[in-house]
Amino acid sequence: MIQEATVVEASMLTAHRDERPKFLKRFWRSGMTKLGGFLLLALLLFSFVGPLLYRKSAINPHILSTDIGPNAQFPLGTDSLGHNVLSQLMVGGQSSIEVGFASAIVAMLFGTFYGMISGMVGGWVDTILMRIVDILLAIPSIFILLFLDVAFQPNILVMILVLASTAWLGVSRLVRGEAMTIKNQLYVESALALGIGRFRIMLRYVLPNIIGTVLVAATFQVADAILSMAGLSFLGLGLPPPTPNWGGMLSDGMNYMFQNSWWLIYPPGLCILIVQVSINLIGDGLRNAIETRER
Amino acid sequence: MIAYISRRILEAIPTVLGVTILSFIMIHVVPGNPIRVLLGTHYTVERAAELTKTLGLDKPLYVQYFVWLGDLLQGNFGQSYTYDKPVVSLMLQALPHTIIIVVLAVLLAHLFAVFLGSVQAYFENTKFDQFVTVINYFFYSMPTFWLGIILVIIFSVDLPWLPSSGIVNMQLSNPGFGDWAKHLVLPIASLFIVSVAGWARYMRSSMREALLQDYVRTARMKGAKEFHVIFVHALRNSILPLITLLGLSLPALLSGALFIEEIFNYPGMGLLYWDAVNARDYPIIMGITVFIGLVTVLGNLLADILYAFVDPRISY
Repeated sequence: MIQEATVVEASMLTAHRDERPKFLKRFWRSGMTKLGGFLLLALLLFSFVGPLLYRKSAINPHILSTDIGPNAQFPLGTDSLGHNVLSQLMVGGQSSIEVGFASAIVAMLFGTFYGMISGMVGGWVDTILMRIVDILLAIPSIFILLFLDVAFQPNILVMILVLASTAWLGVSRLVRGEAMTIKNQLYVESALALGIGRFRIMLRYVLPNIIGTVLVAATFQVADAILSMAGLSFLGLGLPPPTPNWGGMLSDGMNYMFQNSWWLIYPPGLCILIVQVSINLIGDGLRNAIETRER
Repeated sequence: MIAYISRRILEAIPTVLGVTILSFIMIHVVPGNPIRVLLGTHYTVERAAELTKTLGLDKPLYVQYFVWLGDLLQGNFGQSYTYDKPVVSLMLQALPHTIIIVVLAVLLAHLFAVFLGSVQAYFENTKFDQFVTVINYFFYSMPTFWLGIILVIIFSVDLPWLPSSGIVNMQLSNPGFGDWAKHLVLPIASLFIVSVAGWARYMRSSMREALLQDYVRTARMKGAKEFHVIFVHALRNSILPLITLLGLSLPALLSGALFIEEIFNYPGMGLLYWDAVNARDYPIIMGITVFIGLVTVLGNLLADILYAFVDPRISY
């Protein structure tokens, strides 16, 4: 009996796998993905390889040359404390990208699990689980994040959890909706009839079918998390000093906007913008590729 | 219809209650003791015990919650730690300022986004459409706080046209309506720009679908003018998703207002919240959180009900 079930299951899975190369081709071929991927790669190189080539400290201040414009020694000038802006941009990118991806992954895993349970089990469990999501979604995430940030004074790990604490909500709602639809599909019913356990069904039948939706949502979550972290730093919270952050650099630059210290305002803002554009482009490319498959 | 509306309102009640429970829990998991903050330098063990008793903090948590909820229902949000004023009066002071910028920005942004998205859909895939799409993408991805700073640099520093902070010019002896209006321009413009970028994308795809429908072809065959076809026949249906979006985008707008108010030192709810967070003024934090949760739930409710009203195809 068990062997029989496995055979049926395997043939069902290969039916899905056949479509994968086409989907990937469509994804890579889209101009959006290419531009987004190129921008993201450039930013990754800038943040992670840059400091290896440009070996100037981002943390040690040059107290004799504070707030000076770009010159030969400092390509992007220094801030009010004499920090090298170019080095700070590079190092600031590292924490932004790491935290952004990590919190999106945590949110994706938890949100998928939560949403799948809610959708598959249904009934009162579903009602309660989704009500909790409704309540948490009723308060704009930045207000919750601000509060959590003040309450827990985060290091990088806590920061990841804080950002994930609001990011999983959207994912769980999406997954729940998809799971509800898939639950009533014929292949799930036949798997149930074959006596395959619920957990196995979730993992082998439902998950492969919603993974596309989840990936798209997770991609946008990366952008959101990076923006939220920059926003928190901009409001004077976020990761504690001396870790530089683009949002914190921007809020520092804001104090000098009347002195026309443009090198403190445009570079960090531009970095945030490029991260947002690149990840949004990749997310849109991914979504287009998936939607075409479903059509 | 009445049955539907009352069912939706009933469904919203647990969510609102949940928001109050959430805010209550949030305050109580926080490390730090409000008694210590309240007494400050006057702190002694006896005084602390006395104040704990008068504030009811020695009672079990669930009793405290119901007392707090009862006060809340009577409009009593407690006393601020830092301002020595009731939280309600502080919120009522700040609220009109936020309402003005958010409502004006939303109305203007909606009108413009509907227009822009419709025109884009009509000229789909032309140079114009592609250009506007790129610009929209740019502003859509732009952090609100960076946009605010750039607007200040352009319009307050480089071109000294508009004030960059506050709501009145302190140096004028009699600042009139004109002065006040000038202070509103940049905060509203920041919110306007980011909102238009998002909504125009929705409007474009919604109008694109509408333009392919049979009734649009029928209208054209009747000889209706193109302007009439787009802005009367197609618009009526394509605008529906944007109505829902209006209610759903309230949280995003309030978050945007938080940053805008901080940049422009604009005395609204966002600035009040931010100051309270920095001063660990928990009654204000709790009050604003509940209020915003309530507004969001109401926004969603209103969106659902409006949608049912404007779209006769939907029956409940």
